[in-house]
Amino acid sequence: MDFSFSEEQTLLRNSVQRFVQDNYEFETRRKITASDTGWREDYWKQFAELGILAAPFDEEHGGLGGSSIETMIVMEEFGRGLVVEPYLPTVIIGGGFLRYGGTDDQKNAIIPEIISGDTVVAFAYAEPQGRYNLADLTTTATKNGSGYVLNGQKAVVLAAPWANKLVVTARTSGGQRDEGGVTLFIVDKNAGGISTRDYPTIDGLRASEVTFENVAVPAENVIGDVDGGLPLVEKVVDEGIAALCAEAIGGMKVLNDTTVEYCKTRKQFGQPIGKFQVLQHRMVDMFMAYEQSVSMTYMVNLKLDEGVDERKKAASGAKVQIGKAGRFIGQNAVQLHGGMGMTDELNVGHYFKRLTLIDTQFGNVDHHLKRYSSLS
Amino acid sequence: MDLEYTPEEIAFRDEVRNFIEQNYPKHLKEIKTRSEMTKDDFLSWHRILHKKGWVAPSWPVEHGGTDWTPAQKYIWNEENGAAGTIPVLPFGVAMVGPVIYTFGNEEQKKRFLPGILSGDDWWCQGYSEPGSGSDLASLRTKAVREGDHYIVNGSKTWTTLAQHADWIFCLVRTDSDAKAQEGISFLLIDMNTPGIEVRPIITIDGSHEVNEVFLTDVKVPVENLIGEENKGWTYAKFLLGHERSGIAAVSRSKKQIDRLKEIAKGEQDGTASLFDDDSFKLKLSELEVDLTALEYTELRTLASENAGKGPGPESSILKIKGTEIQQRITELTLEAVGHYAYPNLQGMDLGSYNEFPIGPEHADGVAANYLNMRKASIYGGSNEIQHNIIAKMVLGL
Repeated sequence: MDFSFSEEQTLLRNSVQRFVQDNYEFETRRKITASDTGWREDYWKQFAELGILAAPFDEEHGGLGGSSIETMIVMEEFGRGLVVEPYLPTVIIGGGFLRYGGTDDQKNAIIPEIISGDTVVAFAYAEPQGRYNLADLTTTATKNGSGYVLNGQKAVVLAAPWANKLVVTARTSGGQRDEGGVTLFIVDKNAGGISTRDYPTIDGLRASEVTFENVAVPAENVIGDVDGGLPLVEKVVDEGIAALCAEAIGGMKVLNDTTVEYCKTRKQFGQPIGKFQVLQHRMVDMFMAYEQSVSMTYMVNLKLDEGVDERKKAASGAKVQIGKAGRFIGQNAVQLHGGMGMTDELNVGHYFKRLTLIDTQFGNVDHHLKRYSSLS
Repeated sequence: MDLEYTPEEIAFRDEVRNFIEQNYPKHLKEIKTRSEMTKDDFLSWHRILHKKGWVAPSWPVEHGGTDWTPAQKYIWNEENGAAGTIPVLPFGVAMVGPVIYTFGNEEQKKRFLPGILSGDDWWCQGYSEPGSGSDLASLRTKAVREGDHYIVNGSKTWTTLAQHADWIFCLVRTDSDAKAQEGISFLLIDMNTPGIEVRPIITIDGSHEVNEVFLTDVKVPVENLIGEENKGWTYAKFLLGHERSGIAAVSRSKKQIDRLKEIAKGEQDGTASLFDDDSFKLKLSELEVDLTALEYTELRTLASENAGKGPGPESSILKIKGTEIQQRITELTLEAVGHYAYPNLQGMDLGSYNEFPIGPEHADGVAANYLNMRKASIYGGSNEIQHNIIAKMVLGL
C-alpha cells in the first residue's frame, strides 16, 4: 500500500500549480469569466505546451501514458484555481471515449488534435427530461444509407461554446429509457443542422442548449458499439466523476484554508473569532469533511480499472461524499466569513458556487446514493 | 388549549383575504427574485396598504397603526404569506418608526412618521460597520458636536437598499471614553447631505441589495438626535427586538414549499415525476414537519404575547429555525431543477428566449435564490449569536 506520489507526479503538480499561481489569480479569473468568450484560448495552448493535455493518452498517439492519478493531480490544482478551461470535457471525457471506444482512425485523427490544443470537445448527453439517467434519451439517430441522421435536444452542454467537436449520446433502437439501443457519435459542432444557444453558468463556466435537426453523421463517427454504447458512457462518466472529485477537493482546501485564516484575523468582542469554540468545532468539521473527501477521491481514482460494479460503487460513493462535503464546506465558509462571504468581491462565494454545481454535475447525492444502493 | 379561531377572527381573515385578492398588484406576482425589483415595485403594495390604513398594523392607533389583537396580526401575516405578497420593507415601518414614536420627541414624530407610513421617505439602517458585525457595540463611526450640528465621520456596511434611501438611521459614537455600549447615539441622517457616498456591494447571486455608506464630515442638525445622547444602545436593542418578530416567516415558507412541490411535480424523473420519488418526498416531508414545529412554537409565543408578555429571548428560536427552514427550501428547490440549476440568465438578452428556452421556466432564479438566502443565517444577528442569546438569557449559562 502506498499513497505517495512519484517524482514525476510531483513535478506535474508543481508545474500545474505554478501555472495557476502565475496566471490564474482570482482577479484574472474574474476577467476571464466576464470576457466575451469566457475562457483563455491562449492558456489552452499553454496547457498543450506543458503537456497537460497529453497526460492520459498513449504514447503512440503522442500522449504521456499517464494514469488517472496524473489527471487527478491536474484537476485538483485546477480546482484550487477555479480554472474554467475545459480539461474535464475535452481530455477526460472526450479523450476517454476515444481511448476506450475509438477506432484507430478516430484515435489517429482526433487525439493528436486534442493534445496539440486544436480540438476542444464537449459532451452532449443530458436531456431536459432525463434528469441524471444517462440512458433516458429522446435524441434519436436514425440509419440513413451508410450513415445516421441525428434529431433531438441536449441540455446544459458544458463547454459547448468553446468546443469544435461534440460527443453525443443518441438512441438508435429501443425505448426511451432502455439500457440497450444507446449509441455514441462524435460530430463537428459546425455540422449542418446543429444549432446552439450559449449562456454563462452560475459558477463561471459556459454552456449551451444544443439542438440537432436532421444532422447527417457518417457511420465512421460512431464511437464504440452501435446500440451498445451505455457501458462505455458509464465508464467514461465514472472517470469524469473521479476527476470532478479531484477538482472539488482542490476547491474545498482553498475554502478551508481561507476560512481558518479569516477566523484567526477577524476580531470581534476583543478577540479573533477563531477563539470561539463553536467556530473552532465548525472548522474542525469542515476539515474532517475535506479529509474524508480526499480519501474518497484517491479511492475512486485508484479503482477505475476494477470490475464494473466495483468501479460504479467507487464512483457513486465518492460523488456522494463530495456532494455532501462540498455543500457543508461551501455553506460554512460563507457563514464564517459573515457578510463578506456573501460578496461577489471575495473568492469564497465563487468556490461555493462551483462546489454547489459540482454536486449537480453527473448526478447529485441522491442519485448516486441510489445507484450505490442498487449495487450493494 | 384551543386551536380554533373565534368567529370574529374568521371574519377578519376573510376580509384580509378578499382585500389582498382584489388589491394586490398583478405585475408583482411575476417577480421571482428580489434583484429584479425596482423602487416602485417595492413601494406599490406599500402605498395601497397605506391608503387602507394597514401598512403598519403594529403601530399604536394614534400614530397611524391599528388596534388589531396579536391574533389578528398573526392572521394578517399568515394571509400575506399565503398570497405571496411582497413584504413591506422593515426599515421604516418595523424599525425606525417604533423607535421614533417610542423615544422621539413630538417634533420628530410629526416630521418623520407620516413619510414612513406613506412610503414617501425610504429609510435604511446604518448599524453594521466593516469592523463591527456581530460585535455591533464596537462601532466606530463618530459624531462630534459642533454648535447645533453633529459632524459625522465613518462608514456603514451591508446597508440594504441604501441606493433608494432618503434617510438613514445611524448608530454613532458620541463618547469615545465611555464603555462601548454607553457612548453610542441614535441619529437620523438625510441621505442628501453632502459627504455621504453610497457604493454598491454585489452579492454572490449577482444582485445589488446591499451597500457601503461612507460618511465624511456629514453635518447633521442636533434635532435629528433620537432621545438622549449616549443612550442610543438602548434604542438599538429595542429596535433589534422588533426586527426579530415575524422573522420565522412561517406562512411564506409554506408558500415556498407549495411552489417547490409544483416544481417537483413538473420535473420528470424516469416514468414519473420527482414528486413521486421516495427520497425526495421524504426530504420534503421532513421539511414540512420542521415547519409545523416552528409554526406551533410561533403560535405559543403569540399566545404568551396575548397574555401580555413581550417576546423574550425565546424569539431567537424563531430566527434560527425560521432561517434554517428558508435555506433548506431553497436548497431542495435547487436540487429539484437538476441540470437547470446551471444557467445564469441574469442580464442576458433573452430576446429570442421563447423560441429557444433554456430549461423550464420554473428553474429561473432558483440558483440565485439559493445563493441569496445564505444571508439569512448571517443577518439580523447571526445564528451563532442567536445561539449565544439562548444560552445566556434562557438557559442561564
